[in-house]
Amino acid sequence: MSTAVEKILSRASGKEVTAGEIVEAEIDVFMIHDPMGALVEDALNEIGAEVIYPEKVVAIQDHFIPAKDIESAILSMRLRQFHRRYNFGAYYEVGKGGICHVILPEEGHVVPGDVVVGTDSHTPTSGALGAFAVGIGATEMAAAMALGKLWFKVPPTVLIRGEGRFKEYVHAKDLILKVISTIGTDGANYKVLEFDGPAIRQLEMDERFVLTNMSVEAGAKTGFISPDDVTMNYLSNRARRPPRPTYSDKGSFEEELQFDVNSLEPLVALPHSPANVKPASEIDEEIDQAFIGSCTGGRLNDLKAAVKILRGRKISERVRLIVIPGSRKVYREALKMGLIDSLLESGAAIGPPSCGPCLGAHLGVLGPGEVAISSSNRNFRGRMGHPDSKVYLASPSTVAASALVGRITDPREVVS
Amino acid sequence: MIRGRVIKYGDDVDTDVIIPARYLKHGSDPKVLSEHAMEDLDPEFKEKVKKRNIIVAGKNFGYGSSREQAPLALKYAGVKVILAESFARIFFRNAINIGLPLMEVKGVSKIVDDGDVVEVHLEEGRVRIPSKGAELSGTKLPEFLMEILKAGGLVPYLRRRLHAENSDNSG
Ligand code: SF4
Repeated sequence: MSTAVEKILSRASGKEVTAGEIVEAEIDVFMIHDPMGALVEDALNEIGAEVIYPEKVVAIQDHFIPAKDIESAILSMRLRQFHRRYNFGAYYEVGKGGICHVILPEEGHVVPGDVVVGTDSHTPTSGALGAFAVGIGATEMAAAMALGKLWFKVPPTVLIRGEGRFKEYVHAKDLILKVISTIGTDGANYKVLEFDGPAIRQLEMDERFVLTNMSVEAGAKTGFISPDDVTMNYLSNRARRPPRPTYSDKGSFEEELQFDVNSLEPLVALPHSPANVKPASEIDEEIDQAFIGSCTGGRLNDLKAAVKILRGRKISERVRLIVIPGSRKVYREALKMGLIDSLLESGAAIGPPSCGPCLGAHLGVLGPGEVAISSSNRNFRGRMGHPDSKVYLASPSTVAASALVGRITDPREVVS
Repeated sequence: MIRGRVIKYGDDVDTDVIIPARYLKHGSDPKVLSEHAMEDLDPEFKEKVKKRNIIVAGKNFGYGSSREQAPLALKYAGVKVILAESFARIFFRNAINIGLPLMEVKGVSKIVDDGDVVEVHLEEGRVRIPSKGAELSGTKLPEFLMEILKAGGLVPYLRRRLHAENSDNSG
C-alpha cells in the first residue's frame, strides 16, 4: 500500500521506499531560471564538477526580463552563457518562452511519473501532471546537476478531496485559498498535498496547476494530481517522453480532508498571508492596481475568465490593470481569440510574457501605501514593492471585477 | 558550542522579508545581502546583529521562496545559528547547504526572550539558557547533514568528496 509519490521515488531510487526514509533519487528534469542560473554555475565551478546530463536541463528567462537594468542584464547573460557552455536540452530566450511553471508543462518537458527539480519554490506546479516536482536552492541544484541525483526524505501524502462542482465565477484559486486558510501556512510542511475528487476531475489543466502551485503556500513539499483523460489529452502532441502514470493506493494517505466545492464562493487572501482569507463580498477596500498574470493567473483560462467579466466595459478610473500572458503561446492564442484586444479596449496595459509585478522587482512595482489585487500566489509584506504596500490575492474573475469597480468586488455582483 | 545573545522574531518570517526580491538582481553579492537582510521586517536588524548573533523564532521560519539568498543574507550579516519552533523545508535545506547552522527546538520561542544569552550545542541537540536555568532539547540533524554543516556547506563537502573519489581511483 503506497502513495503515488512513494512509488515514483521507489522507481527513481531503485528500491522500495516508504514515507520517512531518506533516498537518493535520479532526476528527470532540472529547471533553472535567470535569478538563480549564475549562482548554480558558480557553485558548480566551486565544487569543480560538470553538468552530467545537460540534455535534461531546461533553462528559462522569466523573472527580470526583458532586462530592467544592468544587474538583471548580467543575470540574464549568465544564464545564456551557462546554456551555451553545455547546450542544455532546452533554453527559452526572452520572448520565446514565458514563466518557467507555465513553460515546463506547456512545452511537454514534464510527463507523469517524473522527478523534477527546479530552482524555484513553485516547481510543484508540474505535480498536476502526476510528477514529483520540488523546489530547491541554487547550491543544491549544482550538486544535483553534478551527480544526476539528489537526496529526498520521502514525504507522507495528505489527500484533499474536492466534493461537488465549481459554480460559475468560482475557480481553483478559490479552492486552494480555502485549503490554505483551513490548514495554515505550515499545515502541510514536509508533506505532499494530493488533490482528487469529482470537483478536481472537473477542472481543466490550466486550473489544476493553480492547486499544485499553491500547495507550497501551505508549506507542502509538493502537490500532486494523478493523471486522467484530461491529463492525457493535454499531453498528447506535447509530451517529449513516454508517460509513467502512477496512482496512490486506497488507504495509503496519512490523512484525508474533504472540501465542499458546491458551497465555495469567490475568496480573497488579505495582506500579508495567503492564509488570511475572507469572502470577496465581505471586503471593503479600494485598489490602485489589478494584476492578471503570474504562474497562477497567466494561462489562457485566466485571460478568458477576465475577459468574460470585462468585455465591452471600461475599468475604473482609479485603477491600473496590468495583464501579462504567462507564455508566448498563451499570448498568441489570446490574440487570435480577440482577448488581448478586448482587454486593451477595457483599459489594460499588456506586458511581455514574464513574472511581471508578481515579485515586486519589475513591471508594476507598488509605491508606499498602494493597494493591489492580484491573481498571483504570494502577498507577503513588500512582495510587490514598497513594504507599506498591500497585496490581496484572488482569482482572475475577482481581480477583473475589482478592476472594473475600483474596489475589491465579488465577480457575481458585476455580472447579473 | 555557539554562545551568543538572541534577536527574537515571531511566526512565519518569510523569505521576502529576510531578503526582498528587489535585491536579487545582485546575485549573491555578500555586501548587498548583508546590508539589506531583514530590512522590511526589522529596520534595526543591521544594528542589532552587531552585538547579537543568534535568531530565535516561532513556527515556519523561512516560509516562501527557494531563494538561497535568504540564509546567505543572514549568514553574511553575522548570524551564527537560528533556533525556531519549525522551519519551512526549502529554507532549512538551503541553510545547511550554505553552511548556516539551524535547529528545530520546540518551546524555544516561549522560554527565550529577546536579548537573552543562549548556548547552542548542535551535535547534542541541546540549548541552554543560563540566565533562566533552563535547558531545551532540539531535533538533532541526520548525520550526513551534520557532515555537510561541519564541512562549511554543500560546496566544500562535495568538493572534498569528489576529490577523495578521484584520488581513490588514481591510487
Ligand atoms: S510568476 Fe511569481 S510566483 Fe510564479 S515564478 Fe514568477 S515570481 Fe515566482
